[in-house]
Amino acid sequence: MRTIKAKNKLGLVFFPAFDWAIHPTHSEREERLLYTQDQVFEEGIEDIAGIRFYNPVMATEKDVSRVHFCVPDVPSRLTQSHLVAAGGAIVALQKVMEKEVDKAFALVRPPGHHAQRIVHGSRGFCTINTEAIMLEKIRQMYGPLRVAIVDTDCHHGDGTQDIYWNDPDTLFISIHQDGRTLYPGSGFVEEFGGPGAYGYNINIPLPPETGDEGYLYVIDNLVLPILAEYKPDLIINSAGQDNHYSDPLTRMNFTAQGYAKLNDKLNPHVAVLEGGYSIEGGLPYVNVGIILALAGLDYSHVVEPDYREERFRQPKEITEYIARLCEVIYTYWKERDRLKEEHYKGLDHFERTRRVYYDTDGILENQAERFKICPHCSGVNTIDSRSDQGAQILAVIIPRDACPDCVDEGYKVYREATSRYSKIYLQDRVNDCFLAK
Amino acid sequence: MIVGLDMGGTNIDAIVLDQGQIIKTVKKPTDRENLFQSIWAVLEELLVGIDKRKISRINLSTTVSTNAIVEKKADPVGMIVQRGPGLPYEFQSCTGEKVFISGYIDHRGQVVKDLDLREIKKAKDLFKEKHIKACAVVTKFSARNPSHEQRIKKLLDKEFPLTTMGHTLSGKLNFPRRVYTAYLNAAVSNTFQNFAGSLKKSLARAGIQAPVYILKADGGTMNLATAHEKPVETILSGPAASLLGLIGMCPTEQDALLLDIGGTTTDIFFLADGVPVFEPLGIEISGYKTLVRAIYSVSIGLGGDSRIRVDNGTIQIGPQREGPPYAFGGPTPTPTDGLIVSGLMKANGETLAKARQGMEVLGRQLGLSPEGMADKVLNAMGDMLKNKVESLLQELNEKPVYTIEELLYGKRIRPQVIHVIGGPAKAVAPLLSRKFNLPCHCPANYQVANAIGAALARITTEITLLADTARGFLSVPELGIYEKIGRSFTLEQAREKALK
Repeated sequence: MRTIKAKNKLGLVFFPAFDWAIHPTHSEREERLLYTQDQVFEEGIEDIAGIRFYNPVMATEKDVSRVHFCVPDVPSRLTQSHLVAAGGAIVALQKVMEKEVDKAFALVRPPGHHAQRIVHGSRGFCTINTEAIMLEKIRQMYGPLRVAIVDTDCHHGDGTQDIYWNDPDTLFISIHQDGRTLYPGSGFVEEFGGPGAYGYNINIPLPPETGDEGYLYVIDNLVLPILAEYKPDLIINSAGQDNHYSDPLTRMNFTAQGYAKLNDKLNPHVAVLEGGYSIEGGLPYVNVGIILALAGLDYSHVVEPDYREERFRQPKEITEYIARLCEVIYTYWKERDRLKEEHYKGLDHFERTRRVYYDTDGILENQAERFKICPHCSGVNTIDSRSDQGAQILAVIIPRDACPDCVDEGYKVYREATSRYSKIYLQDRVNDCFLAK
Repeated sequence: MIVGLDMGGTNIDAIVLDQGQIIKTVKKPTDRENLFQSIWAVLEELLVGIDKRKISRINLSTTVSTNAIVEKKADPVGMIVQRGPGLPYEFQSCTGEKVFISGYIDHRGQVVKDLDLREIKKAKDLFKEKHIKACAVVTKFSARNPSHEQRIKKLLDKEFPLTTMGHTLSGKLNFPRRVYTAYLNAAVSNTFQNFAGSLKKSLARAGIQAPVYILKADGGTMNLATAHEKPVETILSGPAASLLGLIGMCPTEQDALLLDIGGTTTDIFFLADGVPVFEPLGIEISGYKTLVRAIYSVSIGLGGDSRIRVDNGTIQIGPQREGPPYAFGGPTPTPTDGLIVSGLMKANGETLAKARQGMEVLGRQLGLSPEGMADKVLNAMGDMLKNKVESLLQELNEKPVYTIEELLYGKRIRPQVIHVIGGPAKAVAPLLSRKFNLPCHCPANYQVANAIGAALARITTEITLLADTARGFLSVPELGIYEKIGRSFTLEQAREKALK
C-alpha cells in the first residue's frame, strides 16, 4: 500500500482567504490559516485516498436574508469574504447530503457564531452566521431536517443561540468557558430556549483551566446522551479551536489530542471552523488532528511539540465541579417539558428585552422581542431593534413550521407596521420569501 | 547543430537540427536489455557524415531511471526518516532499510527537538551490516530548515557518498512525497551513474566534445553533473519531449488542447496561454507519488490500433490493443479500419477491402453497412476523447485556490485550438474539429515530434523562495540558500532575488 486510505470519505473546503483581514493587525487576519496550511500540506493530507478538497462557492444575498436582518441591507454589511465563508460551508454540507463524502470540514474564515438575527455590524469578529446560513440553505434544498449544532468554540455561541432560540427542530448545545470570565458574557445554564423550543438550547459553561479530561467528560456524560435521545438527522460542529492551551484570548487547557478525540466521539456530519487564534502553536496541530479523526485515521501521533502532560493535569476541584454541572444540566434536559409548563403556562405570548453590543464595530443595540405562544407551531415572532447609530427597525419572523394563522398574522404585522421604523422586514420561512420596506 | 534523442519504451527517435531545419533523422527499436547500447547505436548512425565539431549540444531523453523503477531493478536504500508529530507513515514500499529517528523541526523551521546522534550511529551500522549502497535522509519540514538532513548526511558521507537529502529535490511541502522522491533518487543513482559513465566514455572515444543534457519530465534539461545528483528527475520525460515538439512546431499564445494519438494510447496535454500546464505537485510513477516537477499529461487506452467490440449493442473501443489494424492483418477491427473505410485514410484496394470486411463484421451486429459502422466508430472515438478532455478540464479548473481573488477571477483553461500528432492524426483532425467545435491543426513532420522536442529543450530549474520576515529568514532549499533578511524585505525584492 503506497497511499493511506481514509476509513470515512472526507470532504475539505480549505479556504484560508489569504487576501482578507478585518484589519492588518487584527487576530482575524490573512495569515490565520497559513501555518495550518503548511502543516496540512507537509502531512500529505491531499494525497490520502478518500480525502477530497473542494473550492467554496459564493453564498447569495437570499441565503443571508433567510437567516439575518442586515441593517440597512445585506450588501452594506458584508464583504465578499463573508459570502465565501458561508458558501464554503454550504458546499461542505452539500457534499455530505449528496453522499459524495461521509463527512466534511469547512476550514473557512471569518467565523460566524456570534452573528445574531439582527445585524447592525460585527460582533466577536463575526458578521453573518456561517452554520445557520449553511443549514437553512440545505433545509431549503433537501426538506425538513432535525439537526443538532454542537458549538465547541471557547466563546459562547450567542449568535447561533439567538437564531435557533425558538426552533425545536434545531437543538443547540454550546460548550464554552464560563461567561463570567470571557466574552460575550452569556451562555448560562438558565438560557434554555424560547417558548416554542424550551429545553432545546443547552449551555455548558466550563470553568477556566478545564483540560482534555473535563471536556471529554462533558461529551461522554452529557452531550452524547442528549444527542442519543434527540436523534438528530444531522450533527453540525461549530469547531472553534480556541480552547487550546496556547490560545492568546482564552484560559482553557484543551490539546490537539483532545480536539481529535472530541471529533472522534461526537462524529459530526460537518464541522465548520469558528474561532481559534493560536495560529502557530495550536491551529496547525488541532486542524490536522481533527482532519485525521474525521477521516477515521490514526491521530494518536498528532501532539504539539511543546506539550507536557504534567503541565495540563486538571485540578481535582474542576473535575468535581464539571461532574456536578453535567448532572444539573442533564436533569434540566430530562425535565424540560415540566419546566416549560412552569414558565409559560396560560400565556399567549412572551416578551423580553435585551441589549446587544457589537464589540468589533462599537455599536450598542436595544431589542424588544415578542414571541407568540401558539399551540400549533413554534409561533410567529418579532424583534423591535434600535441601534445607537440611529436605525430603528422591526423584524417579523414566520418560522419554518408556522401554522396558517401564524403566517397570516406575520404578513398582517408587516403590512400594518407604522412608519416610525426606518425599515421593516418580513422573513417568511414557510414560503422562503423575504421582504423589506 | 543540435542533436535530439528520445528513447521510448518501443523506439528511439533521434534528429539533427541546424538552425531549425531537420538535417537527419534515425529511428530504431529499443533494446530493453541494453539501454545504453540502444542509444549508442542510434547516435552512431545519426552522426555518420555529420561534422562532430559543429554539434553545440546533445539532448537525451532516456528511460534508464524509469525502467529501473518500473521493472523493480532499483537498488535497496538505507533510509533515515524523521517523522515528528502527524500520521505514522511507514513507507513500506521503500525497499531496503528504514530507520525512524527522534527530533523535530516545525513549520516555521524552528528546531523543536534535537537529533539523537546515537540513533544515527545505529542506523549507519545497520546499513553497513545489510550492505546498503545508497542512502536517503528526509526530515519533516526540511524545506524550511535542512540542518538535520545536512548533519546526518555528513555523518554518513564517508561510508555512503551517495546519500540523497530530501530538501535538495524540492522546496514544496509534502513530507510523504519528499520521502518517496528521495528514496527513488537514491534507488536509481547507481544505475544512472553507470549509464552516464558509459555515455561519457563512448562520446570521448568518438571524439564528440559537445555537452550532453538530459531531459526532465518538466520539459527542461539538466547537465550531466546535475543529473548525477538528481537522477530521479530524468523519469518519465517521454511525454514532455512530445509536448515540446508540438509546441515547437505549432506555437500559440492561446489555451490549447494537445493530443498525441498513438497505436495503443492517446496522450492528452493542455496549454494555458501557450504555456504547458504542470502537475500541481509532481509526477506519479509505479504508485509512488513524488515531487518531481512534470508536465501534466494523461494517457488513455484509445489509439489507432485499439480493439473494437460490440457489447449488447454498444461500441467498446480499447483500452487493449491486440495487434495491428484488421486491414493490415490484425486480429480485430480498429479505429484505423474505420478511417480507411470512411475515406479519411488513403489505402490501396486490397487494404480497403480488408478494412471494409472488419467494419462489416461489426456492423452486422448493429444492422449497419460497413460505411455506417465506420461512421459510428469514429463518432464513438470522438465522443470518448471529448468526454475525457472535458472531465480533465473540469478537474483542472476546480483545483483548490486560497484567495478570494483567485476564486472569483482566477484562470480557467478553455482551449481555443487543438494540435494533434501521431499516426492517425491527419485523418482524425476533421473529426476532432467537428466534435470539439474548434480549429484542429496537424503539423508536418509529426512523426519525429518527440525527437524535435528533445532537441529544443532548454535548461530549467525550479526554486522555492520563502521569506519569513517575522523570523528574519530567507530560504531556497533547492540551492541550499538559508540567510538572514530584514523585517522590511518585500515581495519585489524576493522576485529579484529569485531571478538572480
